[in-house]
Amino acid sequence: MSRAFTPKVVTANRLLEGDAVWLTEDDRWSPDMAQAELIDDEAHAAIRLLHAQGQRDLVVGPYLADARAGTNGPEPVHFREAFRTRGPSNYAHGKQVEL
Amino acid sequence: MYRYTDFDEAFVRTRVAQFRDQVARRIDGSLTEDEFRPLRLMNGLYLQLHAYMLRVAIPYGTLNPDQMRQLAMIADRWDKGYGHWTTRQNIQFNWPKLEDVPDMLEALADVGMHAIQTSGNTIRNVTADHFAGAAADEIADPRPVAELLRQWSTDHPEFQFLPRKFKIAITGSPNDRAVTRAHDIGLRMVRNDAGEAGFEVIVGGGLGRTPMEGKVIRDFLPRADLLPYVEAVLAAYNLMGRRDNKYKARIKITVFENGIDSFHDAVEANFAKIRPRFTGVDQEILTAIEAQFAPPVFADRPEAPFDAAYATDPVFRAWADTNLAAHKAPGHAIVTVSFKAPGATPGDATSDQMRALADLAETYGYGELRISHEQNVILPHVHKADLPAVHAALKSAGIATANVGLVSDIIACPGMDYCALATARSIPIAQEIALRFEELQVEHEVGPLKIKISGCINACGHHHVGHIGILGLDRAGVENYQITLGGDHTERFAIGEKTGPGFPAEGIVPAIERLVLAYLDLREHREESFIETFRRLGMAPFKAALYDSEDRADAA
Ligand code: SF4
Repeated sequence: MSRAFTPKVVTANRLLEGDAVWLTEDDRWSPDMAQAELIDDEAHAAIRLLHAQGQRDLVVGPYLADARAGTNGPEPVHFREAFRTRGPSNYAHGKQVEL
Repeated sequence: MYRYTDFDEAFVRTRVAQFRDQVARRIDGSLTEDEFRPLRLMNGLYLQLHAYMLRVAIPYGTLNPDQMRQLAMIADRWDKGYGHWTTRQNIQFNWPKLEDVPDMLEALADVGMHAIQTSGNTIRNVTADHFAGAAADEIADPRPVAELLRQWSTDHPEFQFLPRKFKIAITGSPNDRAVTRAHDIGLRMVRNDAGEAGFEVIVGGGLGRTPMEGKVIRDFLPRADLLPYVEAVLAAYNLMGRRDNKYKARIKITVFENGIDSFHDAVEANFAKIRPRFTGVDQEILTAIEAQFAPPVFADRPEAPFDAAYATDPVFRAWADTNLAAHKAPGHAIVTVSFKAPGATPGDATSDQMRALADLAETYGYGELRISHEQNVILPHVHKADLPAVHAALKSAGIATANVGLVSDIIACPGMDYCALATARSIPIAQEIALRFEELQVEHEVGPLKIKISGCINACGHHHVGHIGILGLDRAGVENYQITLGGDHTERFAIGEKTGPGFPAEGIVPAIERLVLAYLDLREHREESFIETFRRLGMAPFKAALYDSEDRADAA
């Protein structure tokens, strides 16, 4: 049996602003990770990533990031992904004040 | 200071126009990211964790007041009102929008600046001693040669696709403030037995994943041979450097794998071929550049206001004791303006602070400013009589911190607060260490101590050459900090040794505190600095202080 699949979200940076965005189930790019589509099937993850890679005039560098289900929607697993949902820790800049 | 010629001006403007067109084509979809990425990197534009980042070259760290004001304007208009001084004497803007970048580059071109070759596998911004042209210990100002190297390397067709990036540092002083032994090529001005000035040429130094001390490939190179010799080194590297593995592509690996002798032979063979082609045009250009770097006429007047302030104002005295360095001209001093206030982000300057510095340089500093690789700003020429006024103005701008060379004068790279390559954060660690030592009130007692922090193995924060180096890593999904001790970036160059297991974020500040307090117990006398004590005693007592205490639990 294959290893259990860690749920994923598709994430990237927006072409114009460069900020972090997540792919939603209805094919939007949201700056709020909680709105992302949480994918728990490996084959579906591959398809969603392919879809994201096709949107090259909207986003840059899409990839699959580990995530888990939270109360309001998907939450980051790794600290790097957590920082991407917030912004830098030295100033109140980025998503922590913009969202 | 160097003023753009019509050629420079046209070159930079053309590049801006090209990039404007490339950005438009990226946005309208005619260029893919794969096509666009090398183009944006050629112009210093990165995509980081939260936004784009524009890295602007400050050649050999020198700025005039108009340029500083323009950086302030750019920060206000297209960024969030601040900029970040880097360890390569560049400035980075952390929040530009893609569409605005061509306008930012145009604004830079208006003051003779650009972002060309601040990225990519080319010859990067040439860095220099930040006290160049002012230091009392200097043989000659290295900046004319740095400018010559900049002109020669910019868009040099042979060196646009090197195996990897290539960094050159130059100093005109025997006291090495430019970290020449950790560069792909380091140039140190020296005199030969006949008293002529020339260069000691060092190759193959570097930090990063495989830190290596550069090796001397020529102990005395006549000044007129510099450009052909550097070209010979680059040509050898371009052929011999590995392109199969990015981690083995820097010249330090080329020199290491081939041995300095065979690399030397290849360079000398190239040099024999290349040298005759240099018929002296480069030297004519250099002479013209040198004229533009003629030192100002230093005023000769009494220093009395300095002595009065020094005698009566303890705050001024503390600042003067730490932030001034010896100047070559009588009555003058070199001022280092600290961008390391405890709790602040190392190297971040607000637009107001930039404007205050521009005003000070104009009023009291012969119109000159420098950025140091230690992420501070230098007013290289200030008459001592003006120092009380300068200090007062710095105080109102919030940049009069008296800590240069002390515990809280920490180098920290952007780390995982900004950098896409980071494995952990560096900025909060620097902030917390500085705040903790402010609380302890022992910084001046401790004396000279260099702490340097990198957020990943790439070592932009120079951690290997910190007296105390801190490297942020990702250990099983948790930020973890590894300590090295005994590094030195100067002429007594040394790469720090790992102490042992790293510390989690909550454990790193107490660990540094234990180290520093241990040093206070271990030193023979007040004048023995941290690094001297380490050299005398070695790792053992420091290791004991780090790991043998009851706080052992916080080592992971
Ligand atoms: S050392 Fe690593 S984290 Fe720090 S700026 Fe360099 S690449 Fe980024």
